[in-house]
Amino acid sequence: MKINIKKQSDVKSSEITPENIYHNRRKFIQDSIKIGVGAAALGSVALNFPEALASGASDASGKTLNNIIRNNIYPLNEKMTSYEAVTTYNNFYEFGTDKEDPALNAHSLKTRPWTIKIDGHVEKPGDYDIDDFIRPHDLEERIYRMRCVEAWSMVIPWVGIPLADIIKKLKPTSNAKYVVFETLVDKEQMPGQRREVIKWPYVEGLRMDEAMHPLTLMAVGLYGEELPNQNGAPMRLVVPWKYGFKGIKSIVRMRFVEDEPNNSWRRLAPNEYGFFANVNPTVDHPRWSQASERRIGEFRRRETLMFNGYGDEVASLYTGMDLKKYF
Amino acid sequence: MKRIIYLKILVHIVALLPFCWLSWQGYLLMNDQSNELTANPIQFIHHFTGNWAIRFILLGLAITPLRKIFGWNRLIQFRRMIGLYAFFYVTLHLSNFVILDYYFDWAAILKEIIKRPAITFGMVAILLLIPLAITSTKGWIRRLQKNWIKLHKLIYGIGILAVIHNIMMVKADIFMPMIHITLLALLLGYRFAFRERQA
Ligand code: HEM
Repeated sequence: MKINIKKQSDVKSSEITPENIYHNRRKFIQDSIKIGVGAAALGSVALNFPEALASGASDASGKTLNNIIRNNIYPLNEKMTSYEAVTTYNNFYEFGTDKEDPALNAHSLKTRPWTIKIDGHVEKPGDYDIDDFIRPHDLEERIYRMRCVEAWSMVIPWVGIPLADIIKKLKPTSNAKYVVFETLVDKEQMPGQRREVIKWPYVEGLRMDEAMHPLTLMAVGLYGEELPNQNGAPMRLVVPWKYGFKGIKSIVRMRFVEDEPNNSWRRLAPNEYGFFANVNPTVDHPRWSQASERRIGEFRRRETLMFNGYGDEVASLYTGMDLKKYF
Repeated sequence: MKRIIYLKILVHIVALLPFCWLSWQGYLLMNDQSNELTANPIQFIHHFTGNWAIRFILLGLAITPLRKIFGWNRLIQFRRMIGLYAFFYVTLHLSNFVILDYYFDWAAILKEIIKRPAITFGMVAILLLIPLAITSTKGWIRRLQKNWIKLHKLIYGIGILAVIHNIMMVKADIFMPMIHITLLALLLGYRFAFRERQA
């Protein structure tokens, strides 16, 4: 079954202004979200957002959860974080270092036309237009926990493509051991880059087995709509068992390499941020504890789960590794 | 005399404005109305109260240089107030940590204070502020005489601890803490230079 997600262009423009989304969420959700679920993976049941979800205040309906249970990789019975919080509380230093900055400043980013450069050890290198890049793939909805290294967390319904599907099409050679991602550099579009808070471009990487893991998603949307700029439009990485900073945003380049890349935060403070950055309550950040976290919208802290609760799926990737050393 | 009272009231009002604003925003939050506290109000309050605490500490340290440079001797009458407001915002900052952030989870709180040097520095700074706040009354000034001046020199150390705490707590953007450090260096440097010249 083909998965359809309405593009913004398919929605009446009166329905896509942020104010409208904010004030009229129920209608927006009903009108604009028609996501089907891949027959092969999940069974052919259409996924309709429950109305209550529109406010971000309620649990998903039983029907939605049933689909998810079969997949066994989604968190259950966890309230989704409100659309407003997901889109106004962001770490995206390209648009400023305060959490509110990206939502205020990211309108200057132009996400079309957008080119993704593929290079390195790969059979199909080249400059791909974003739409050509996405079009061959079905879009899936995945509800994931997102744990920031700063000890707060969210639950976000992403829309995207399993990264493995993308990589298979690009055909990396046997020399490709890692994938490196880069964010756009453009001081005009990304005003935060006028100061060298981080050495631009933002760089992240995954080991090939991590990149090919079925949980790893290349997201192009959330809450059933195209990604807002402040969340990393037009395309960003989502690796739910790792700290949020691995989820590089507004990607313009994917390079297949042999050696482990040096990712931005590790470059900045190697004793504080690692390459793997797996969520791990037993390995503290030197300046704060990672044992607990604050779920956005909740008052009390909650315990942080090993691999952010995805241990059953991903722990085997790291057997025999000392996670205190490879944090 | 009258004028001083009016001025003092004015300073009180200005010094309480950040707190009033924060309370107002908190009220909006509790009533589910849109507010400025972001999606993570507790972290916002950490930053807000910490920054106001440090501003008042720096302002308190600025009184003497301003008096000397511009001859505004009256300023001395506001120093105690400003010091007490520094203590007030620091207390809010610590209360936020203990109550809202860790909700009286004393084991976790103690562990953070002991294990994280940045928090340790902040805690020492707060503890050192307590005797200054207690002895800020006229009675104590009279009782301690010369020792009062000596005791209140602690504020230099507190300022240093506070800016160290500040820069260590920040993730990558050290712009604001660098401004605080620069101001502190200027204020302490001025005192040092001035003392040399007098000698
Ligand atoms: C004189 C005493 C203190 C001063 C002047 C002070 C000031 C500050 C400042 C300016 C910040 C950074 C705000 C920002 O990043 O914008 C900060 C952060 C912080 N302070 Fe303090 N502080 C003091 C004591 C303490 C104490 C005693 C504790 C806890 C026991 C504490 C806990 C924290 C925490 C947890 C943060 C980081 C919040 C976050 O980034 O999530 N501070 N403080």
